[in-house]
Amino acid sequence: MIGVFHPGRSLLHRAPALLKLGLLAAFVTAVALQGSLMALAVASVLVMVLFLIAWLPLRLVWQQVVPILWLLAFAVPVQVVFGGWEAAAMMAVRLVLAVALAALYTLTTPVSATLDAMQALLRPFRRWIDADRVGLTLALTIRCVPLLAEIVREVLEARKARGAEGSIAALAVPVIVRALQTAEHLGDALTARGFDD
Amino acid sequence: MTEIVFDRVSHDFGPDRVVDDVSLVLAEHRIGIVGANGSGKSTLARMINGLVTPSSGRVSVGGLDLARHAREVRRMVGFVFTNADNQIVMPTVREDVAFTLRRHKLDRADAAARVDAALQRFGLTELADRPAHRLSGGQKQLLALAAVLVAEPSIIVADEPTTLLDARNARLVSEHFAELPQQLVVVSHHLELLEEFDRVIVMEGGRVIADDRPGPALDVYRELIGSAR
Amino acid sequence: MSSAHSTSTSDSDATTAVPTPVPRRPRSTARDLAQIAVFAALIAALGLPGALSIGGAAVPITFQTLGVMLAGAILGARKGVLAVLLLIVLVAAGLPLLSGGRGGLSVFVGPSVGYLLGWLLGAAVIGWATARLLPRYPIAPALGWTALGGIVAIYLVGIPVFSVVTGTPIGAAALASTVFLPGDVFKVVVTVLVAKGVHRAWPGLIEPRSWPWARRSVAAESTGTA
Repeated sequence: MIGVFHPGRSLLHRAPALLKLGLLAAFVTAVALQGSLMALAVASVLVMVLFLIAWLPLRLVWQQVVPILWLLAFAVPVQVVFGGWEAAAMMAVRLVLAVALAALYTLTTPVSATLDAMQALLRPFRRWIDADRVGLTLALTIRCVPLLAEIVREVLEARKARGAEGSIAALAVPVIVRALQTAEHLGDALTARGFDD
Repeated sequence: MTEIVFDRVSHDFGPDRVVDDVSLVLAEHRIGIVGANGSGKSTLARMINGLVTPSSGRVSVGGLDLARHAREVRRMVGFVFTNADNQIVMPTVREDVAFTLRRHKLDRADAAARVDAALQRFGLTELADRPAHRLSGGQKQLLALAAVLVAEPSIIVADEPTTLLDARNARLVSEHFAELPQQLVVVSHHLELLEEFDRVIVMEGGRVIADDRPGPALDVYRELIGSAR
Repeated sequence: MSSAHSTSTSDSDATTAVPTPVPRRPRSTARDLAQIAVFAALIAALGLPGALSIGGAAVPITFQTLGVMLAGAILGARKGVLAVLLLIVLVAAGLPLLSGGRGGLSVFVGPSVGYLLGWLLGAAVIGWATARLLPRYPIAPALGWTALGGIVAIYLVGIPVFSVVTGTPIGAAALASTVFLPGDVFKVVVTVLVAKGVHRAWPGLIEPRSWPWARRSVAAESTGTA
C-alpha cells in the first residue's frame, strides 16, 4: 500500500522521517502560539518554499488541503461573528499552514519510513511495548484491509442480488461473522507459522 | 520418515463428536486423507501441529507429544490451508515469505537468500514486491507453499490445498506438491492427486473406515460418495 | 446470510465451520491479534469509496463510526480500543484509510482530530459496558450504553478540540456537530442489533463481567441490567 506518499528525489524526500517529524511538530507548535499576522505571513512564505522544493503535483497537494477548506467555510463566518475578522483570518491561516505542512510530510515520506520512525520512538518504552509485535500487527492490518473490503463488497452484492431488501443490521451481521471467521483463520495461520515462538 | 502417531484420539465440538477414537501410525512418504465434509479429516490434520488439541487421546510427531511440545513440532510441520487468503499475513509477497523465518533468528543476508530461493522455486520472483491481494488464486496458493517451505519443514500437512482453485491452477499446485521431497499429509477431494500416494485414509463420521493403498482406498471412497447420492 | 458464508466455510469441515459454542482457550494471543487487525481493517473498509452510502450527500454519514462502535461491542474494551488505535496509527503513517480517502498527519493537526481520538474513548466505553451487559445483553440498556460511548464520549472529545482549534465558541461547535446526530443514533441501533445477534451466535468473544456497583451481589447479572 503506497498511501498518500508521492515518490520523488527532492531534499524533503531524502530527509530522515524522524527529523521531518520533529521539525513538523516544532513548526505546528510555533504557528499555534504565534500572535502576529506578520509572523504568519513569514511562515506562509516558508511553507510555500518548502512545497516548491518538494515539487509535488498540485492535484495531490490540493486533495490534502481541501477537507480543511470545507471546515473553514463553516468556522470562519462563526469566528468573524464572535471574534472579529482578524482573529478569523489568523485562525484560518494557522490551520491551513499546519495542515499543508503535515500534508507535505505525508506526501514526501513513505508509509514504511513513518512506521520505522514510530518503532524508533517506541524504543524507550520497550519494557511495556513490544515494538516488533506492534510492527507485525500494523503489517497484518494493512494486509487485512483488502480482505475486509472484499467481504463488505460481497455482502453488499449478495444483498443487491436478493433485491436490496433487509435492514442494515441484517447486512452487518454477515459482515461481522465473516470478519470473525477471517480472524479465526488468520489466528490459526499465525500460530501454524510460528507467531508464538 | 517421521512417525506421526494418533493414540486413541477423540475430539468433540460442542455436542458433536468429530473425531471418534482414531488410532493411526503415519510413517509413509505421502499420505492422503479423504472423506465427506464433517467427516473429521480437517480436524485430524490440524491435530498434527497442535492447532486442534484433542478432547482425549494423544498425538505425537517424531516422539514429541503435542500436548507438551507443540512449538517444537510446529517447527517441523508446515501447514498449508485451504484458503491461501487467510494464510497470507503480510502485505507483500516477499514480506510474507520472510515472516515464516522470524522464528529462525537468521541474520539478514542469510534470511534474504532463503526467501529469494523460495520465491524463485515457485516462480514468484517477479512478483516479490507486489501486494499479496493482487495475486491470482493459484499464485496465492504458491505463495502460501513458498512461505511454508522457506522454513524447510520435514513434514507438510495440507488441508484441501486445491479445493478453491480452478482446474488449471489446481493442477499447477498439485504438480508442485508431487515434487516435494518432504513427508506429506494431504487432505483432499482431488483424487487424482492422491493416486500416486503411498497410503490413503478414508474418514467417515469421525472414524477411519478404510486405510490402504490408494487404489482400494479410493474405491471405498468412491463407493461411499456414490451410495450417498 | 447463506451467501455470506460461501468462501469462509468452504475450506474445511467441523474445525472451522460456523461458530461453535466451545471455549477455545489456547492460542488466544494469535487470535486476539488477528481480531484486532481484522477490526481495524474493517473500520478502514467501511470508509472506502462506494462501500456504503445512505441518505445521499445531505446527511453526512460515515460508516466508520459504525465500525468503531462494533469494535467495542464485539471485541470488548481492550481489543476494541487497540483496533481503533491501530487504524489511527496507520492513518498517521500516511495511509488514506479515513472516509473520503483522508490520511496522513494533516488529519492530526486539523480541527476534527478530536473526533478521531474520541473513537478510542467511545470503543472503550462500549466495550466496558458490553462486557457487563452480557450474557443477556438486554436491548434497552445496551442502547443507552452504546449511545453513551458511540455518541456522548466521541462528541465529548471531538467538540472541545474542534472549538479550540478553530477558535469557535463551544456552543457553536456543539450545534454544528448535531448534523451527525441522526446518523449516529442510527449507527447505535445497528450496533446493538448486530451485537445481540453476533454474541448469541458466537459466545465467548467478550468475557462477561459484573457491574462495579453489583460486585458483591451473587445475582450480579440481573441487578446490573434490571
